[in-house]
Amino acid sequence: MKKLNYFLAALLGLSLQVAEAQTPKGSVLIKNATVITVTNGNLENSDVLVQDGIIKQIGQNLNAPSGVQTIDATGKYLMPGIIDAHSHVGLDVVNEATSPIVAEVRMKDVVNPYEVGLYRALAGGVTISHAMHGSANVVGGQNATLKHRWGSSDPADIIMQDAPRTIKFALGENPTRVHGRGNGIQPRSRMGVEAILRNGFNEALQYKKAWETYNAAKSQKGNTMVAPEYDERLQTLVDILDGKIIIHCHSYRADEIYMLINVAKDFGISKLVFQHTNEGFKVAPEIAQYTMGASVFADWWAYKFEVYYSTAFNAAILQRNGAITSINSDSAELIRHLYHEAAKTQRYGGLTDEEALAMITINPAKQLGIDDKVGSLEVGKQADMVIFEGHPLSSYAVPQMTFVDGIKYFDIKTDKDDQRQRVSPTEMVEEVMLTEENHRCMQDTEFLFETANALFHTNH
Amino acid sequence: MKRQVKSFFAFLLAFMPIMAMAQIDGEFIKPRSGKFLLQNATVETITKGTLKNTSILVENGKIAQIGTSISAPDAEVIDCSGLVIYPGMIDGGTQLGLVEVNSVPETVDYAEIGNFTPNMQALTAVNPNTEAVPVTRVSGVTTVMTVPQGGLFPGTAALINLVGYTPDQMYAGAKAVVMNFPSSARRGRFDRRSDEDIKKDNEKAQKEANEIWERAKSYHELSQKGAELEYYPEMAQLAKVIAGELPLMIEVNAASDIQNAIKWVADKNVKVIFSGVDEGWRVADEIAKAGIPVITGPVQDLPTRQSDRYDAAYSNAGKMAKAGVKVAIRTNESENVRNLPFHAAFAAAYGLGKEEAWKAVTIYPAEILGVADQYGSIEQGKVANLIVATEDPFETRSQIMHVFINGYRIPLSNRHIRLYQEFLERSPNLNTH
Repeated sequence: MKKLNYFLAALLGLSLQVAEAQTPKGSVLIKNATVITVTNGNLENSDVLVQDGIIKQIGQNLNAPSGVQTIDATGKYLMPGIIDAHSHVGLDVVNEATSPIVAEVRMKDVVNPYEVGLYRALAGGVTISHAMHGSANVVGGQNATLKHRWGSSDPADIIMQDAPRTIKFALGENPTRVHGRGNGIQPRSRMGVEAILRNGFNEALQYKKAWETYNAAKSQKGNTMVAPEYDERLQTLVDILDGKIIIHCHSYRADEIYMLINVAKDFGISKLVFQHTNEGFKVAPEIAQYTMGASVFADWWAYKFEVYYSTAFNAAILQRNGAITSINSDSAELIRHLYHEAAKTQRYGGLTDEEALAMITINPAKQLGIDDKVGSLEVGKQADMVIFEGHPLSSYAVPQMTFVDGIKYFDIKTDKDDQRQRVSPTEMVEEVMLTEENHRCMQDTEFLFETANALFHTNH
Repeated sequence: MKRQVKSFFAFLLAFMPIMAMAQIDGEFIKPRSGKFLLQNATVETITKGTLKNTSILVENGKIAQIGTSISAPDAEVIDCSGLVIYPGMIDGGTQLGLVEVNSVPETVDYAEIGNFTPNMQALTAVNPNTEAVPVTRVSGVTTVMTVPQGGLFPGTAALINLVGYTPDQMYAGAKAVVMNFPSSARRGRFDRRSDEDIKKDNEKAQKEANEIWERAKSYHELSQKGAELEYYPEMAQLAKVIAGELPLMIEVNAASDIQNAIKWVADKNVKVIFSGVDEGWRVADEIAKAGIPVITGPVQDLPTRQSDRYDAAYSNAGKMAKAGVKVAIRTNESENVRNLPFHAAFAAAYGLGKEEAWKAVTIYPAEILGVADQYGSIEQGKVANLIVATEDPFETRSQIMHVFINGYRIPLSNRHIRLYQEFLERSPNLNTH
């Protein structure tokens, strides 16, 4: 009998383990660093103790429990892992460009854990990226928030499972070019973009009502009602209306930003973040008042007409007007030096160190709905951290080590140069790419355009 | 804490140039010439060390005097106490002035139709009034090489100062005939040619380059002998390279292509500059041995191969310099040439070192392009291209307080700054009715 109990207990334990297939979590003590908490100032000569992937203690003269590795970071800076709120790294495909609304598609289905860009992001201190659908559609697909647990071959391991759902929207030139000019259907103009949104949400409300009517009738005696046909696209729009999904909207011009704020107000939507937002500075008070802020480039402009009237002071103006502001990459190249991009807010607008660093840590965490878990160095948070040689806002700063959940995934001193996990067996000689495609917002829409080369050089 | 104080000052200083240049309605501040005394600064000459508590007199567009006690009662005095003066930065490769908005073909003038068009003059198409000029020069980049793109011999690049109302006023005295060396590499993800096609295209281009060169040689020899030649502007331009009047700036990136290019120029006895040189670090010793100077960049770039170390592009300049190559840095940008100091800073941090990185955006490009007697350092008699900053302008938080180009005092304003002034505190703020 006793034996049987042990056996059952063992079985139970086993099944529990299977049920919570765990990603690796580490323990480490980092000593004598300048700890940049982001939310609670800087702590000189301080230690951070991580156990099982969680920050357990921040202070001085901490001791490592037995078996826990100690890393001496004397003279170095320790900051929270950098979070990129706009990326396409680690995705096999980016756009499902076949309809102005494709809310049903999910980037979680196309995550590619082998992409060496994930490691290169880690080498720039980035621990979390928001792997987004492209900008070909007014309502694009649902994005995936990735944790850069480099080395796993299982896409599920690099998806941040405890992050809330987000979805891509896009306004302006890209959706109007793809659908209006590419396919000859609405939207061809910014008027059409608004109509697509309002029509879509109204259809979703009718769909929701049909299900509510059916569900109410179902419990009635003698009900003969037939269930409405399930529609993943409309159900996703309903989930947006119900506040279950955060909108991340590709946008450039002030008029279209203002339009979406009005649409969101009319439909009671408050979970809204603007992406790129080059003219956000013109409607900064509205963005601050009604949305979860803007995620912007530090200094990109003039690559297409809708960003011609931009300013590198955009982030500073948004910040000073009280909008939650983050700096993103949208680029496999830029993602590697977001600390430097954030520093540009000091040249263009004189932001403080704290404000600048918040734009690549706690602010994007807020916009992704994960600020209770990551984005600052606080006891109880997940131990995503970077050690820098030099202050991270200095142009001469060099990231040294990057940790996700307390596990070290990048070490400048010991990592091998070639980080490929998979080499094509048919590849005779490795390809040399002169201009590696950095910007993939419009990837997978090539089939719509004859002059694809010209388009993909410049369109984000 | 120290940094906090510093960033507070940076915050104050960020507004200072703007406040100093505050405009009255209807007034427009233009670049203006004059006699200026930049007083009591730390001067980073680049070629002659660091000079403390030093003043610079700018007169007739030139650096007239450098010293600790310059007497110039009629000069406009600019107090530079606590500030540092550097020579204006030179970007060795851009498309500045040749494009306004990259996705609008009507505004793109850097590429012409045809494979052999060395007679296409970048200087002709430079728009002195492009928005990118004032956006760029307030960052301390005062002079750029603007380079045509496209075919095998796409045109002739020109060095321009970022001040002036005509291309000739901007011209800074250096040109180069551009060659895109036949490439064995893929242009990017969109380049879907098969390996076989890439090889074929490469061989075809090699053959064409050789044929063109032979004909240009004949053209040159015949014209030397006084032959009456048909009007052939392409050959006439390339013959200037053979005659030694213009350098040949060869864009070449993949390691094997660099090796081929070294072989190709070896017996040609012309002035050669390599540009791009993404994989220079793989063959750095060979470039050094050939004695060919390099204008490399962008530095903030991805590695060319998946198997490369993540920092291959950051460390490329440093590795080439260490092997003995003379290295200048470029952005290869059009609207964001203003990031040149940051590309240089990354090269500095990843092996080049700060001193060499500064030379790579000042005296080295000047030497490579043959204008070091006029540009690239702070020396008496050189063109007054000067920047005054709160600290090392490679640092992002550094604020550029004054810019002089050709002796003109440049207003620290552009559309980016004007939009900041208008929208920082918008009025009306929120619509409340």
